[in-house]
Amino acid sequence: MTPEVTPDAPIFRPVAERAVLVDFGTAVNDAAHAAVLRLDRALADSPCPGFCESVPAFVNLLVVFDPLVTGHAAVEAHLRTLLSVPGGTRAAPVTHEVPVCYDADLAPDLGAVAARTGLSVEAVITAHLAGRYQVAMYGFAPGYAYLAGVPDAIRVDRKPAAVRGVAAGSVIIAGPQCLITTLTMPTGWWRIGRSPTAILTGDTDRPFLFGVGDAVRFRRLSRSAYEALR
Amino acid sequence: MTEATMRVGFAGPHVTLQDAGRPGLMRYGVPASGPMDRHSLAIANAALGNPVGQAGIDISLGGVALHCTHGAVTLALVGGGFIAEVAGRKFGSWCVFTLGQGEALTIRPGPWGSWASLAVAGRLVADPWLGSLATHGASGFGGGRLTTGQRLTIADAAVRVACEGPVPCPVWARPRHLLRCVMGPQDRFFTPEALANFTSARFAVTDAVDRMGVRLRGPALPPVAALSIPSEPVMRGSVQVSGDGAMAVLLADHQTTGGYPKIATVIAPDLDGFVQCRPGDLVRFAPLSPADAVQATRHHAQRVQAFLARIRQLRGGAGPAPEEG
Repeated sequence: MTPEVTPDAPIFRPVAERAVLVDFGTAVNDAAHAAVLRLDRALADSPCPGFCESVPAFVNLLVVFDPLVTGHAAVEAHLRTLLSVPGGTRAAPVTHEVPVCYDADLAPDLGAVAARTGLSVEAVITAHLAGRYQVAMYGFAPGYAYLAGVPDAIRVDRKPAAVRGVAAGSVIIAGPQCLITTLTMPTGWWRIGRSPTAILTGDTDRPFLFGVGDAVRFRRLSRSAYEALR
Repeated sequence: MTEATMRVGFAGPHVTLQDAGRPGLMRYGVPASGPMDRHSLAIANAALGNPVGQAGIDISLGGVALHCTHGAVTLALVGGGFIAEVAGRKFGSWCVFTLGQGEALTIRPGPWGSWASLAVAGRLVADPWLGSLATHGASGFGGGRLTTGQRLTIADAAVRVACEGPVPCPVWARPRHLLRCVMGPQDRFFTPEALANFTSARFAVTDAVDRMGVRLRGPALPPVAALSIPSEPVMRGSVQVSGDGAMAVLLADHQTTGGYPKIATVIAPDLDGFVQCRPGDLVRFAPLSPADAVQATRHHAQRVQAFLARIRQLRGGAGPAPEEG
């Protein structure tokens, strides 16, 4: 039913009158995501006439254009040209260090994650700190950056039902992904810590802390340091 | 230059400040937001001689009441067929009128439509978020939701007598029940029967509607083998089908990514009329080729531009009226 899609043989899918979705794969994989980021960068460097915005995700890139200026075929042709040019050497990704406090009242699901993974609470924290994360994409709500790279040892499926009123700044995990929430929202992910770092920075020049593709490391924060920073 | 002040007597749910929106930030999880019916805000602004994207009040079926506590200001109410009342005088939307000091304005749903825009001859004062006063409903970021007791300030408030009077309602600003769309980008997850049902059946608009989207009721179109597709970008107009086959059309405050397959995407020109449908209204989807969708959009844009230019002329010139106070 689904044709073979690979990072080397992407599929271009028209979306309404104003976008093309470029699929580089059907399941989450590093090669597909790397291809998404490569095309996203190439397009930012060489936008086509009528280009409006691009939205990178795990395995595809949405390219939105102004239909009064251009059309699907012209945009697809431009993207194919970009793909045919070998990618330049990539600048080293920006690395962000995000402090997290793992105190029990700020991390109400740490015990449950420990129970599910057969680890101690300390071992869950150590594993979370050891992970090397990459901003795979934003989604769901403003500033919700999906960080790929949760270590195998602490990967747990999301809860069957969402918990309401999860505070902004919560560090939550589900499967291979970790996220720092920006709003008080319901979530079915596991709350394993709290960070004083705002992803929505309030800085007009750089309103979002992370760029897609950036690297993230977590650093443990004492309660007093957390209280001082928040 | 003068100022007017209004106190919010009441505001229904989803009554928000909206300008033309903040496009270009979907990569950060931020949809463009903006009015539910973008035509209505543009026409309301044109009728006042404002730039078409200037901030106004987006009004839901919940309605709104405003009490002018200081100053006077000319307003344009455009969108669904709502009913306004000022000092015991009732009149329909598609109207430019002036609210004087001490007068109260109540806006409630009328014979048709679900959303209306109230534009002001002046500038609604609020803190922008990311360069726009458009309100993202779920977070409240932007100009914000209107709340009872709140005070709204209008800077450079003007009385524009030359603008007052009825505004003609073009046919394309009426509720739209035939939704032109381009199939996909995930129509491959549906059986030929489901795809045939999608384009032939009628779907009822439900009351499960907010700024993020609206649920439709109709034949279930369960996707096959799509339960684990990676979360991918979605747009205003995406027709998303959940695992049990229930359908929703995403609107102004849509999530920017989602893991449900999108059977089709409604073209932008038809979304503004679509949101004016009421719960129970029946809609049908009409697939277009991508090239035809582009052509239809260009044709529609020309029609809208010509209409906006005519409204400006009718209402006393391209700029603010001379009696601006």
